[in-house]
Amino acid sequence: MDIVVSQLMTGLSIASILMLVALGLAIIYGVTGVINLAHGEFVMLGAYAAWALQTEFGMGLLASLVPIFLITALIGWLVEVLVIRHLYDRPLDTILATWGIGVMAQQIVRLAVGGELRYVQMPESLSRSVTILGATDSAYRLFILFIALALFAVTWAIYRYTNFGLKLRAITQNRSVASSFGINASRIYRLTFAYGAGIAGLAGALVSPLKSVSPEMGTTYVVDAFMVVVLGGTQSLMGTLASSGILGELSGYLAFYSNDTIAKALVLLAIVVLIRFRPQGLFTARVRT
Amino acid sequence: MNKDRRSFLKATAALGTVSLVGFPHIWSKNASLARAADGQIKVGVLFSLTGTTAIIEESLNKATIMAIEEINAAGGINGMEIVPVVEDPASDPATFAEKARKLVLSDKCVSVFGSYTSASRKAVLPVFEKQNNLYWYPTLYEGRECSKNVIYTGAVPNQQQDDFIPWLVQKFGKRWYLIGSNYIYPKEENNYCKKLLAELGAEVVAEEYVPLGHSEFSSVINKLKAEKPNVIFSTVVGDSVVALHRQYRAAGLDPDTMPMASLTTSENEVAAMGGDAAAGHFTSAPYFMVWDSPENHKFVDAYKKRWGADKVTHFVSEPSYFQIYLFKQAVEKLAGSDITPNAIREAVKGQELVAPQGKVRVEPENLHTWLWPKIGQCQADGQFKILKQSDNWLEPDPYKAYPNQKCTAEGLKEI
Repeated sequence: MDIVVSQLMTGLSIASILMLVALGLAIIYGVTGVINLAHGEFVMLGAYAAWALQTEFGMGLLASLVPIFLITALIGWLVEVLVIRHLYDRPLDTILATWGIGVMAQQIVRLAVGGELRYVQMPESLSRSVTILGATDSAYRLFILFIALALFAVTWAIYRYTNFGLKLRAITQNRSVASSFGINASRIYRLTFAYGAGIAGLAGALVSPLKSVSPEMGTTYVVDAFMVVVLGGTQSLMGTLASSGILGELSGYLAFYSNDTIAKALVLLAIVVLIRFRPQGLFTARVRT
Repeated sequence: MNKDRRSFLKATAALGTVSLVGFPHIWSKNASLARAADGQIKVGVLFSLTGTTAIIEESLNKATIMAIEEINAAGGINGMEIVPVVEDPASDPATFAEKARKLVLSDKCVSVFGSYTSASRKAVLPVFEKQNNLYWYPTLYEGRECSKNVIYTGAVPNQQQDDFIPWLVQKFGKRWYLIGSNYIYPKEENNYCKKLLAELGAEVVAEEYVPLGHSEFSSVINKLKAEKPNVIFSTVVGDSVVALHRQYRAAGLDPDTMPMASLTTSENEVAAMGGDAAAGHFTSAPYFMVWDSPENHKFVDAYKKRWGADKVTHFVSEPSYFQIYLFKQAVEKLAGSDITPNAIREAVKGQELVAPQGKVRVEPENLHTWLWPKIGQCQADGQFKILKQSDNWLEPDPYKAYPNQKCTAEGLKEI
């Protein structure tokens, strides 16, 4: 019984990390249509920001979350202003440009602070385990789950209930019509890109106490994030939520009953088969085109 | 732009001329005579200074350079100076092979010191075998190699496991969980481990491999909770090892009852994961930075003085250091005109020297090294506490897991 519960929690924990990482990518792609290959590097920058704030200024992880969001959002904003905005409607060029930005970010970090693996101290109050229904789980993993759901709720609320969200949806549906109604599309794009980058940074900061921090760490996360977005459908926030849940539980169970190598292969295989029959992903926004 | 292009063409042309001039020497029979010309002995140093494994290989480069500087400062080898030719193979096996070819063919090095990963060693091996040159490999590795052109100064599986496994079985128990990264090294180490465990009547409750670079261990940790093994034998490497240790600790598992036993977790990995996550787990290796011997104190002090007080020495940088002294002892026995890779190999057979870890010896049969295995337990300060040293130096046997094969001076023998 307790193994069933722990395995369920494990799946949720994997899912929450997947969602944190994928959420920013899904928002950016869903709204602006930019395939951001530098997404993993925003995750990496968030992790390094957590490490730097901790080692240089002695700030705990919890206290640094807001500054980290702001720092990575600012970097995202700059990247949009300097590069991305010149490349809208040129998807191949944005892929190349964001990939280049990713490579540069890795090398800048390597030159600035060295290539050694780093780690971030877990907050003292969360570095114990708690018992739920007879199963023990790390308090920190539950905390990540909680934050991931909260971030999702905030993003959903912005999207659904604010004036900004309304404009966002209008642009997503039809940019030229929305613009002719006086909506400043470039400003919305810029803010979206910054918000997506900020969430990626938060994701990096939150996983850093559990995983290692290195200049190349983003590469694995960007692959995971793309899997989630492809499975969930590129224009649907709910799709991102559902597909990270599915992928998390699936890889958790498969890894438990076989091993992680096989789990990884089977999950990828399942996604390939699924997009063969449903190329738009599980969820699609109903958009008139 | 045009000017740039022209100077680029000129440079290319110049390079072409140089290599044309250099080319015939490869075929001249007495090329080897030139190797110790002008009182200089050229050696290659081939550790990655950029790329993914640069962090660790840089420390090997530093230990190598330091030993060469020490020897030169003390008068060189028979009055001849060692001249290191440093190349950066950029953590890429193909570049390793290319740079090795350059060091052997155009620089005419009599030996090359290099490599951390087995992949890079396998990549350069054909170069050294074809040119009959010598490669000095300082890293512990999976064994099962028998080359006349490589001097192996790191440990092979039997040297790290023969003392370690029985000690752990006696201290913690007979239920073992084997986990490793999914490539050749962990599989070979586990092969030998399973053999030892079977002899001791211990049980392997699971053997599993995670992808290289894997960082999500929560399912593995659930399995550990369900199986409750006495010992986790971990051959997980790279950034995965950091994730495994940190998640093990976050899940509230206890090293006192379910410790991880590793062959690859050195002071370097501990620094990357934090002493709190590493504390209580065990590593077996011939060398730890805290080892108390006059030679090691001298080595650690010199290393910190040369490269910075925050630097650590570890069980791969120590062989990188002492193998230069083995090279020196071998070359000292040779006449100036006879310094060839072939002669150096013959001269190094059976050489002994007191290294920081203790007295080591090059086994004439298989060119591996007799070493002093130790068992260390990691402490919260990031250093190890040495609990046990083997009573005697241990013979290297790269084919110990394969009783019907033996590495001899004539090559691999089937028995």
